[in-house]
Amino acid sequence: MNTPQQTVGSAYFITKDSDKEESHTLSVLVDNEPGVLARVIGLIAGRGYNIDSLTVSEISHQKHISRITLVTIGTPQVIEQITHQLERLIPVHRVYDLTAGGPHIERELALVKVIGKGDARVEALRLAEAFRALVADASTEHFVFQITGRPTKIDQFISLMKPLGLVNVARTGIAAVSRGAEQI
Amino acid sequence: MAREFTGAEIVIKALAEQGVEHLFGYPGGAVLPIYDEIFQQNSFQHILVRHEQGALHAAEGYARSTGEVGVALVTSGPGATNAVTGLTDAMLDSIPLICITGQVPTALIGMDAFQEADVVGITRPCTKHNYLVKHIDDLAKTIHEAFYIARTGRPGPVVIDIPKDIQFASGPYQSPKKVGHSTYRPQLKGDQNDIRKAVELIAAAKRPVFYTGGGVINSGSAASQLLIELVKMTDIPITSTLMGLGAFPASERQWLGMLGMHGTYEANLAMHDCDLMINIGARFDDRITGRLDAFSPNSTKIHVDIDKSSINKTVKVDLPIIGDVAHVLEDLLRIWKDKSPKQNSKARAAWWQQIDRWREKKCLSYKPDAEKIMPQLAIERLYELTKHEDTYITTEVGQHQMWAAQYYRFEEPKRFMTSGGLGTMGYGLPAALGVQVAHPDSLVIDIGGDGSVQMTMQEMSTAVQHGLPIKIFILNNSYLGMVRQWQELLHGGRYSHSYSEAIPDFVKLAEAYGGVGIRAEKPDELDDAIKEMISVDKPVLFDCMVQNLANCFPMIPSGEAHNHMLLADSEDIGSAISEKGKVLV
Repeated sequence: MNTPQQTVGSAYFITKDSDKEESHTLSVLVDNEPGVLARVIGLIAGRGYNIDSLTVSEISHQKHISRITLVTIGTPQVIEQITHQLERLIPVHRVYDLTAGGPHIERELALVKVIGKGDARVEALRLAEAFRALVADASTEHFVFQITGRPTKIDQFISLMKPLGLVNVARTGIAAVSRGAEQI
Repeated sequence: MAREFTGAEIVIKALAEQGVEHLFGYPGGAVLPIYDEIFQQNSFQHILVRHEQGALHAAEGYARSTGEVGVALVTSGPGATNAVTGLTDAMLDSIPLICITGQVPTALIGMDAFQEADVVGITRPCTKHNYLVKHIDDLAKTIHEAFYIARTGRPGPVVIDIPKDIQFASGPYQSPKKVGHSTYRPQLKGDQNDIRKAVELIAAAKRPVFYTGGGVINSGSAASQLLIELVKMTDIPITSTLMGLGAFPASERQWLGMLGMHGTYEANLAMHDCDLMINIGARFDDRITGRLDAFSPNSTKIHVDIDKSSINKTVKVDLPIIGDVAHVLEDLLRIWKDKSPKQNSKARAAWWQQIDRWREKKCLSYKPDAEKIMPQLAIERLYELTKHEDTYITTEVGQHQMWAAQYYRFEEPKRFMTSGGLGTMGYGLPAALGVQVAHPDSLVIDIGGDGSVQMTMQEMSTAVQHGLPIKIFILNNSYLGMVRQWQELLHGGRYSHSYSEAIPDFVKLAEAYGGVGIRAEKPDELDDAIKEMISVDKPVLFDCMVQNLANCFPMIPSGEAHNHMLLADSEDIGSAISEKGKVLV
């Protein structure tokens, strides 16, 4: 039943959407054919949705299926729209809303370059060990740390590295799967 | 070894095997091999348009009036970019189209070659799907798949971009395989439990209303028949969107007229006051809902749609049913007949009494004029004089389009072709061409305005060349009437660039094209002129000079609710729209 407080915003009538925005992680299985990523991000840009993180890679080389992991922010209604709009694209097999589906694991990898000498350098290495980051490359003047984990852990590591000579970060974006014996 | 064919031959074979009988197109460098094959075949007829936009709209008219897929063929670069308006139009109105575009040879793609455009890039957001064929072996399969995608599910336009070297290359031909697609599987049957719930809701409703749309027409003639049966059996009032006109006969007692911004008083108030809204194949477009937070505030809403993304897009519904209209209605009727539920006849009688009171407003009445032809009168007379003919109506976009929807009464589906979603001025004339190609012996009339028809007027030449006796009925008021009406409503009557001073003499223009021109200037000339138009077996430009400041009412001003309508007798329309409403379109 429509009650008056369930007001909905529209492109034509400028009302405030009272629903709170949520962050959702979507897993989109697609045929890995030319232009498929352009279809997905074009749809999201064209309809004014947000992308916080995006990772894409082929997960089945025989069947040429790619998994796109997408983190987006919106009201529940917008998230539902994004899911259904993505499902409408012809090469899309399925869209899973991992956030709505229950507990899931999100991991990210970052390469963090720190330049420094003396105490700062020693401290950087010590912290990297504490965070279980690997040294991917090193000279007497720099380290490149490889760190994996939850995005919040990587955020924290980066903020700690800042005063120690951090010059560059490359992050992969989030890869995610559901917990438990489910297939998603 | 299987016989090999050139790419161009494969295109022709695939189109023929898909049952294509007519093709609308315009040649150019990148499609010459296909045109060479067209020259040497006789499985379908090619209609040469004068502008690629015309080819697309003609294909749309063809598709909408037959239920078949419309096909257009254009060259690379400007040919393809000219097609974009028609593709977008078909996308918004869910019209099944195939548009084959030539492309520069594969080796030149990305080189900024002559007449090169990134067609798959440009058309990605305005097609249901598109393809760039890079290997000859994929060509036949791609064409068959494109047809499947265009015509099934929620129909839409599909572009196949074929580089010139692929048209010359040789490869095998494959017939269409079993229908089906690995990822694209439209859901036709609705959930049975949900349909059962719908039956219960409908039976229990005190003030129900059917709100139907283009989905009923797209679902095929069976859907309209099932709808008529359901509406008559339940005796529930029914209204429709612009795109759905004709799915339910306008002469039936349950018909309330079109709803929405220029809908009838009774339809809009029924929508506002209902306790159950049964949306069948419509999408809660903003022209329908008006102000969303005041849209039918106290109703339970059922929404039948084949496209899941239409559900809860703008209006939250209580019972969504995903499926094809005909399939869902068939199940609904079967369950209804099994259960034969009792309806609340007392409440229903009161509801009908209320509706009859709204009908008494006679919201479509207008002040007659003895000297000038009122545009409403023109459509009324056109309807009266053509209703017994085998008539198809197309329209352009603007006031005349709304008057056509209000005053022409459609009894059958697929009889009314109009640009609803995109609102493309210039749609009606080429669309009429497409309709006439599909129905050579029928009376095909484009109701237009003096502004719109000039956007695609060149297609008169196509009509003459191909012997297509379309009738262009122009409500000529020298204004871009709907723009002028909005300027009167919203901008203090400052008619900024909505008056056209140098409108061509349409009678002479018709003659210049090799057609026939007819003019009516006074109400008493109208009937004879229309009769003459009907009897002429040539393309006609009918210059109907109408009262030039008439407004289109009823109207829900932007930003208002259904129960705040402006009627024809509203005094000061300049102050009818709030400051907040003025920023809306």
